[in-house]
Amino acid sequence: MIAELGLAALWLAAALAALQMIAGFMAVRDDGKGELAGLIRPAAIMQGVLVTLSFAMLVWLFAITDLSVKLVASNSHSMKPLIFKLSGSFGNHEGSMLLWVMVMGLAGALIALVERRLPERTMNATLAAQGVVALGFYAFLLLSSNPFERMPNPPAEGMGLNPLLQDIGLVFHPPTLYLGYVGLSVAFSFAVGALLTRQVTPDFARAMRPWVLGAWVLLTIGITAGSYWAYYELGWGGWWFWDPVENASLMPWLAATALLHSASVLASRDALRTWTIMLGVVAFSMSMVGTFLVRSGILTSVHAFAVDPERGTFILVLLGIFIGGALLLFAMRANTINEGQRFALASREGALVFNNVMLSAILAIVLLGTLYPLLTEAFDVRVSVGPPYFNPVGAIFTIPMLAVMAVGPLLRWRQDRVDRIGKEIALFAALVLAALILFSLLAEIALLPLLGLALGLGLAVASLLPLRGRKLSRTPLATWGMVVAHFGIAVALIGMASESAFTEERLAAVEEGGSATVGPWTVVLQGVEPVAGPNWTAIEGRLSASYNGGEAKVLAPQARNFWAPPQQTTESALVTRWNGQLYAVVGDRAADGRWQLRLWWKPFVTLIWYGGLLVALGGVLALIGRLLSDLRHRRLAARIAERRADREAVA
Amino acid sequence: MSALKPKHQRLVLVVLALVALVGAGLLAAYALRSQASYFYLPEQMLADPPEVGQAVRLGGMVEEGSLQTADDGITLTFAVTGNEGSRVPVRFSGIAPDLFVEGSGVVAEGRLGADGTFVADNLLAKHDENYVPRELQEMEQHQAAKMAEETTVGLE
Repeated sequence: MIAELGLAALWLAAALAALQMIAGFMAVRDDGKGELAGLIRPAAIMQGVLVTLSFAMLVWLFAITDLSVKLVASNSHSMKPLIFKLSGSFGNHEGSMLLWVMVMGLAGALIALVERRLPERTMNATLAAQGVVALGFYAFLLLSSNPFERMPNPPAEGMGLNPLLQDIGLVFHPPTLYLGYVGLSVAFSFAVGALLTRQVTPDFARAMRPWVLGAWVLLTIGITAGSYWAYYELGWGGWWFWDPVENASLMPWLAATALLHSASVLASRDALRTWTIMLGVVAFSMSMVGTFLVRSGILTSVHAFAVDPERGTFILVLLGIFIGGALLLFAMRANTINEGQRFALASREGALVFNNVMLSAILAIVLLGTLYPLLTEAFDVRVSVGPPYFNPVGAIFTIPMLAVMAVGPLLRWRQDRVDRIGKEIALFAALVLAALILFSLLAEIALLPLLGLALGLGLAVASLLPLRGRKLSRTPLATWGMVVAHFGIAVALIGMASESAFTEERLAAVEEGGSATVGPWTVVLQGVEPVAGPNWTAIEGRLSASYNGGEAKVLAPQARNFWAPPQQTTESALVTRWNGQLYAVVGDRAADGRWQLRLWWKPFVTLIWYGGLLVALGGVLALIGRLLSDLRHRRLAARIAERRADREAVA
Repeated sequence: MSALKPKHQRLVLVVLALVALVGAGLLAAYALRSQASYFYLPEQMLADPPEVGQAVRLGGMVEEGSLQTADDGITLTFAVTGNEGSRVPVRFSGIAPDLFVEGSGVVAEGRLGADGTFVADNLLAKHDENYVPRELQEMEQHQAAKMAEETTVGLE
């Protein structure tokens, strides 16, 4: 019964999305006087409510492990801990698509409820565009990926969830990323709405900016968390593999970063109008390309197209309609959008444009590298693209971008002279050069980590310069946000470079009571014991590790065996110090009774994720700052209107 | 620098963006062409070996009966086989990934040594029974069912 209710709610929500779309377009055509105009906002709100109900029913079905539902039977198991039953509801294709439309429905409802800044006509066009996108996804779910499908002969027990996903990091990781993706769908709808009504104004950018900021913050957190998850859960000690699934989240982040900066220029300086619209379209396109690369099965196996041609074709058609349609609209309308304000190339805007272009170039490189194996596949050539491509080719554009990022925020808006900030540029260059010389003398480091360390250190100092000479308590939150985010990039960069330059690794076969050293650490294997969890058994190594002979810390890495589905996972153990992490994995037992140990000492590796969190924090600060100043403006406008009304009443 | 005329400014921006994007595309295309030789099947590695020391991937099946652990307890030697009876010996120091067993699929990252042994830095084995890496699809069906997986850090 619950499954049928969920499906019914989904159909109703889809119908409301259709209504929202039709009423929206009619209102735009009839200049807001369309007969259905009054239905647009209520439809958007009800759609959000219904799709949320539908998702709640799916979660409920997973919670009670209703095995007569095909999705539950193939992805869950009654023995699984409750939290993983719940996360299992979106740890699969159908459920994650339902999560996606739910977030999208909620976003639409939120716009309908709170957005008052956009002109009514643009607002209607925006909600109409959102209706189109949502409808596409509803159709995809209902026609080819029904999450509520029943099984004629329910099995006695479910298949279980992939054990790698049975981790707390993976409970929060996909929803975070999805919220980010969907935030970009709102930016896309705004861009399409503004194109339809030709009202690309600073007000439009101000209305769009919080959505982009929010999406960007969530993407940043999602990517950071995903990287840390891969690092500790896979047991390989790596934090980024240039895997297509990772690239799928990186590409929208790159586009959103560019969009964020260009929307800021449009909001505060009324320039870059068409560019901002273009990025709005591109950013969402990237999140769709990303989602579908992951969701269509095209990545895990090209056979997915043959096995389920319906789903694959559906995806391509949706991609074509949304992206193609938006680009066509853009091509038709772009030259009718009025010129924005002018600016000199040497100016804050100029620096931002440069970084936008560099970000786009990096995006193109990642996109090509990710799609290339799929393209050559069509010609029966199998290729695998990895770090030897992404690292050096990406670096060619990342390095100038980081350099401009260091000094760009010091330039004045509109028009400036580069020689005015000569001292700051010299300081940055001197820092980078000094670091380059110092590190290349001190240790043998490969070129990229060396450049990363030097640029990171220079950027860390330069990113704080915009605060110089300011009263810190009076500095706007948005400025703080920029400084913190840029500083976070520098911190993450230093962490990445330090990890690749200074990591020490030790592999050893150790008997119980024996020891191994790595870097400054001495690790003693005290014993290996069997342990059991709710749906797994494991062997657990008991290690005591001391740093330079100091007090010993206890580590307990495990090798787990899950039984539904049967699979092994590696649970690494970590000791975190301020200057790095010790990473330990226990492996197999050799014939002579010794245990394999793999140990890494990774100096400053944690800076990678602290940096990522700082970047997200910067976004949050900017978001709060913007929302507060919006509120202040709104109050001010209300007071002015009140006074005017008073005066008129007196007169 | 003085403010440019709007038309000129737009032109400069468009040209700048185009140059950067086309540059990125060309660079990527050039770099990707050399990546075509990044992944090797055993028969390819024997017929047209990569340069000694060049970072490549080797993918195939772990030959039954070939897996041995050296006295140090951490060095594995085995052979990777492909179609047409081809066979490449591999040496790997480290903890083998979960589900790395004889007769199953593997992708080894590393470089070919001067003695013809492939020295792996990393072994990628499957972590999902449904998955078949693209590069190994043409192998026999019963083998394909047991194929290795690449480094999918995925949501699914």
